[in-house]
Amino acid sequence: MLRLELRKEPSRAMRYATPVLAVLLTILAGGIMFALMGKDPVEALHVFFISPLSDLFSITELMVKASPLILIAVGLSFGFRAGVWNIGAEGQFTVGALTGGVVALIFYNVPGIWLLPMMTIAGVLGGMAWAAIPAFLRTRYNANEILVSLMLTYVAILLLSVLVHGPLRDPEGLNFPESRMFHDSATLPILIAGTRANIGFVVAILVAITAWIVMARHVIGFQVRVMGEAPLAARFSGFLESRIVWLCLMISGGLAGMAGLFEAAGSVGQLVPMLPVGYGFTAIIVAFLGRLNPIGIVAAGLVMAVTYIGGEAAQIELGLPSAVTGVFQGMLLFFLLGIDVLVHYQIKSRRPSAVAAKS
Amino acid sequence: MDLTILILQGIIVAATPLLFAAIGELVVEKSGVLNLGVEGMMIVGAIAGFAMTIESGSHLLGLVAAATAGAATAAIFAVLTQFLMSNQVATGLALTIFGLGVSALWGQGYSGQSTAPLARLHIPVISDLPIVGPLLFSHDILVYLSVALVVGVAWFLNRTRAGLILRAVGESHSSAHAIGYPVVKVRFLALLFGGACAGLGGAYLSLVQTPLWVEDMTAGRGWIALAIVVFATWKPGRAFAGAYLFGGVTVLQLHAQGFGVGIDAQYLSMLPYVTTVVVLVIISRDKARVSLNAPACLGKPFYASS
Amino acid sequence: MENNAVALLELRGISKRFPGVLANDAVTFSVGHGEIHALLGENGAGKSTLVKMIYGVMRPDEGDMMLGGAHYAPARPSEARSHGVGMVFQHFSLFEALTVAENVALGMEREAASGDLNQKIIDISKAYGLPLDPTRYVGALSVGERQRVEIVRCLLQNPRLLIMDEPTSVLTPQETELLFDTLRALAREGCSILYISHKLEEIRALCESATVLRGGRVVATCDPRNETAKSLAEMMIGSELAAPPARDTVPGEVRLAVNGLTRASDDPFGVDLKDIGFEVRAGEILGIAGVAGNGQEELMAALIGESRSEQAATIVVDGTPVGCDGPTVRRAQGMCFVPEERLGHGAVPDMSLWENTLVSARTRMGLSINGFLKNGSAQAFATQVVAAFKVKTSGIEHSAASLSGGNLQKFIVGREVLQAPGVLIAAQPTWGVDAGAAADIHQALHDLMKKGTAILVISQDLDELMAISTRFAVIANGRLSTPRPVGEVSIEEIGLLMGGVHSDAVPASEAAHA
Repeated sequence: MLRLELRKEPSRAMRYATPVLAVLLTILAGGIMFALMGKDPVEALHVFFISPLSDLFSITELMVKASPLILIAVGLSFGFRAGVWNIGAEGQFTVGALTGGVVALIFYNVPGIWLLPMMTIAGVLGGMAWAAIPAFLRTRYNANEILVSLMLTYVAILLLSVLVHGPLRDPEGLNFPESRMFHDSATLPILIAGTRANIGFVVAILVAITAWIVMARHVIGFQVRVMGEAPLAARFSGFLESRIVWLCLMISGGLAGMAGLFEAAGSVGQLVPMLPVGYGFTAIIVAFLGRLNPIGIVAAGLVMAVTYIGGEAAQIELGLPSAVTGVFQGMLLFFLLGIDVLVHYQIKSRRPSAVAAKS
Repeated sequence: MDLTILILQGIIVAATPLLFAAIGELVVEKSGVLNLGVEGMMIVGAIAGFAMTIESGSHLLGLVAAATAGAATAAIFAVLTQFLMSNQVATGLALTIFGLGVSALWGQGYSGQSTAPLARLHIPVISDLPIVGPLLFSHDILVYLSVALVVGVAWFLNRTRAGLILRAVGESHSSAHAIGYPVVKVRFLALLFGGACAGLGGAYLSLVQTPLWVEDMTAGRGWIALAIVVFATWKPGRAFAGAYLFGGVTVLQLHAQGFGVGIDAQYLSMLPYVTTVVVLVIISRDKARVSLNAPACLGKPFYASS
Repeated sequence: MENNAVALLELRGISKRFPGVLANDAVTFSVGHGEIHALLGENGAGKSTLVKMIYGVMRPDEGDMMLGGAHYAPARPSEARSHGVGMVFQHFSLFEALTVAENVALGMEREAASGDLNQKIIDISKAYGLPLDPTRYVGALSVGERQRVEIVRCLLQNPRLLIMDEPTSVLTPQETELLFDTLRALAREGCSILYISHKLEEIRALCESATVLRGGRVVATCDPRNETAKSLAEMMIGSELAAPPARDTVPGEVRLAVNGLTRASDDPFGVDLKDIGFEVRAGEILGIAGVAGNGQEELMAALIGESRSEQAATIVVDGTPVGCDGPTVRRAQGMCFVPEERLGHGAVPDMSLWENTLVSARTRMGLSINGFLKNGSAQAFATQVVAAFKVKTSGIEHSAASLSGGNLQKFIVGREVLQAPGVLIAAQPTWGVDAGAAADIHQALHDLMKKGTAILVISQDLDELMAISTRFAVIANGRLSTPRPVGEVSIEEIGLLMGGVHSDAVPASEAAHA
């Protein structure tokens, strides 16, 4: 019989090996799932995982999908390390798109190089403001930030919908619930001509690198790590829990807001009710898959983007439903969380005890 | 008068799925486990119940399927958190993401179909009484089952030895282990019960409330159920009150839309979510009371070193 | 005493192995009927592992047990209980949010717990002088009362063998005497008692025979009444004891002054601090004794700055009021702290030793600039701590959790001492640490005192405080007695103080213990 035995200290090798193992197990389980659905597993997996990497256009699409995931997940990783569970990034993403987008709509006929930075600041502040609600309610009234941030996501999505149906609707449009298109100086510069890959990806990478430095080398990152591993030691060290809660929610809210604005000012180019497509939730998986390490998150964001592009390809080429992507993502997180046990524990076969053997 | 009865009936219909999910989660949390995957278990229950009812034509089989599917989803969580010691918060989130994905995949062929809603009981004479009849004696069987569950859970937790053991495990798993109670087994069973309840709550949506299959039809009700458990300070009777409060808010908001109150319908749709936040704040601000009532081991992983 | 020929409990060659440790190595001994038998050994000698196997919490890897002449191999505690074996744990296995009666019921079999349990509890607690109210919540009970719950729970099952794991570490001397009376009465009725302790005087006063464990093996069996405390100690430790360092310094100026410190606890079951005041001078060690749960944690939190006062003047360091400041400012003023809990409070378990220096030494050792961490300096400081305090580790890259308790404690004490504090505050500095490491830690505190540091030690170990402090006070129910020089206070007085009877205050809490 097998049993788990606590390691004396966490295994570093396993820390790197488990995400890779989780991806492999997910692919294996995915193949079985495709076979059960009556598809050729090899072909389906090829469409799902290889085709998104096979040409330049697909790779630029990967960058488009990965940018918001990386931005949001890097922000979430601070909170998740500290035990501050902001799961309302989707709402902060939506509000960020809204506040930043409003700036673009106010100046819809005033081009200028200052416009995009101003929109970005507005987007970040919008995301922060939305995240400030759970931060305030937790630090002041002890209210659970998981539930509050999640409830506010539903509110944010409804809010966006109300506004694009009403005050923000394109006055020159055909009564569709959508805003004016942003003009050129209010949209993100394209990186590679003829594709949708924009500067948002570069910003996401720079943010990840900055976050990595802060996490590894700065007191801010240190207090976040101590808080998550040993809250009492954080107090002993002189860190205030309420400040860490605020810090984490401001970082994650701000980055989610930025991601939202980039989505509106990037591949979409206007405000529409369907702008939030679940990046805020998928980023939770990305954060864990990347081991809550900003550099790991860049890799994880790209892997996750593959499942999106692959899912779209599978929909078109094999007629597989788009929900397959969600199942894949859920399975990936399950496998990751499950085999994570190997970081802290090792598997030992239980030696039958002498007493048991005799009786 | 008729309208009042209609509204009250609507509240019962809106509250019942919340009550199922909340009472199940209450038992789970009493055993010291925080399963944030209620939303995922509900939606899987919703599609399982709907699909089975369509395929078999039997509501009873549909309900059994919903409870089983909810429990099976919970079993994934149980294996991960109880045997593989994974983080409960992260695993609960994963369960929700997975549940939404699986239900959408499973529900592909069923969207657009509909089934007869679960029959309402009709007891001769009593059901025909004015006011009392339509209000109390002519609901579907699940409404009565949900109320019976509240009474049963309250009795189980406070009056039985098994309930005492479950509370003890949630209060201090190390003490319970030292005296010799099987912590992991107790929690596993509690999780299965919670999953079955959430599954039934989901089936109530797809078999009674609409009755249709729509993707993401739970729309945050699993999360509201979690908030109800906090609101209830882990007491079954108060969970009942909480579910009916939220049911009331949902129904009033719908009727306000119907009356053409001069507010945009989408603002009114925010009401249940905003109410949840407000209620959470009111309950949580008294830190001492929450910490006195919350199971002391809630969310903490347990590893038996021996 | 009828069939003394056969022992009640007999262990033959019991071994138990954990990863990297042989906790018990072929342990053999027996306990007679109605005998009070001591199991003596240092922390980590394997006593707890052994009794957990007797009580069915763990199973031995090798060896046999006999109970009343029959083969005995309990797979779980309920099986042990059904054989008439009861156990009172060192760390109580109680549930704070449940009532006394519910707690008792949980420790019994279903049938035994039926009927009028409340009446049974009242009856048995009267019969053995252990007053208890079955309807109260355990969280609201004192530590001594909680122990009574555990004992009553065992007694209700008419045990043949009662195992007591370090029962007096949470009791005042007077409560200890009452407990001994109860145990002697039980033994006279024929119940055997296996008494686990490392307190030598107690064992000499109570037990008729003793088995001494060291490093998991039986090293001696004796009648403790025929031994001296010194000879028992040497059996237990295996070497000659070093004399405590002499106290030959003259106190200097006041470095730490606490005035009128009053604070309500955040924890609903916590203790409120009431008007605490004392001074610690350069070159002295003030010891604060007290039974666990009398406000030590709250006092420590107030001194560290984890909970802050509204008035700055309540805590003054070298003339500077710091009552409103957090730990970082207090450290800058010269304070260093050794908290009671090593893993999770004094150190982050999964962080490396060098990262753990950043927890408390950032300010005083200049380990960060503008918020950026100087990892190289932290590594150098960690290396220095490891070398100066002979911390046994395979490197500063290893996690705090990988160190043994004694080595981690040496690391934490070293980390604070090497910051050259003006004021050092240490809680339970040698709790659960082996004798060698304890002596090193005491020596380090002594050396620091001689250099002019004001030291405050909060401990439940009276012997430790008597050995190292120059002055001495007792905390009971959130109040602190007036500090007095060690040597002017008798053990009886200390006992009364620990029970909350202040010579200078109204003995309001006396009724609670009567």
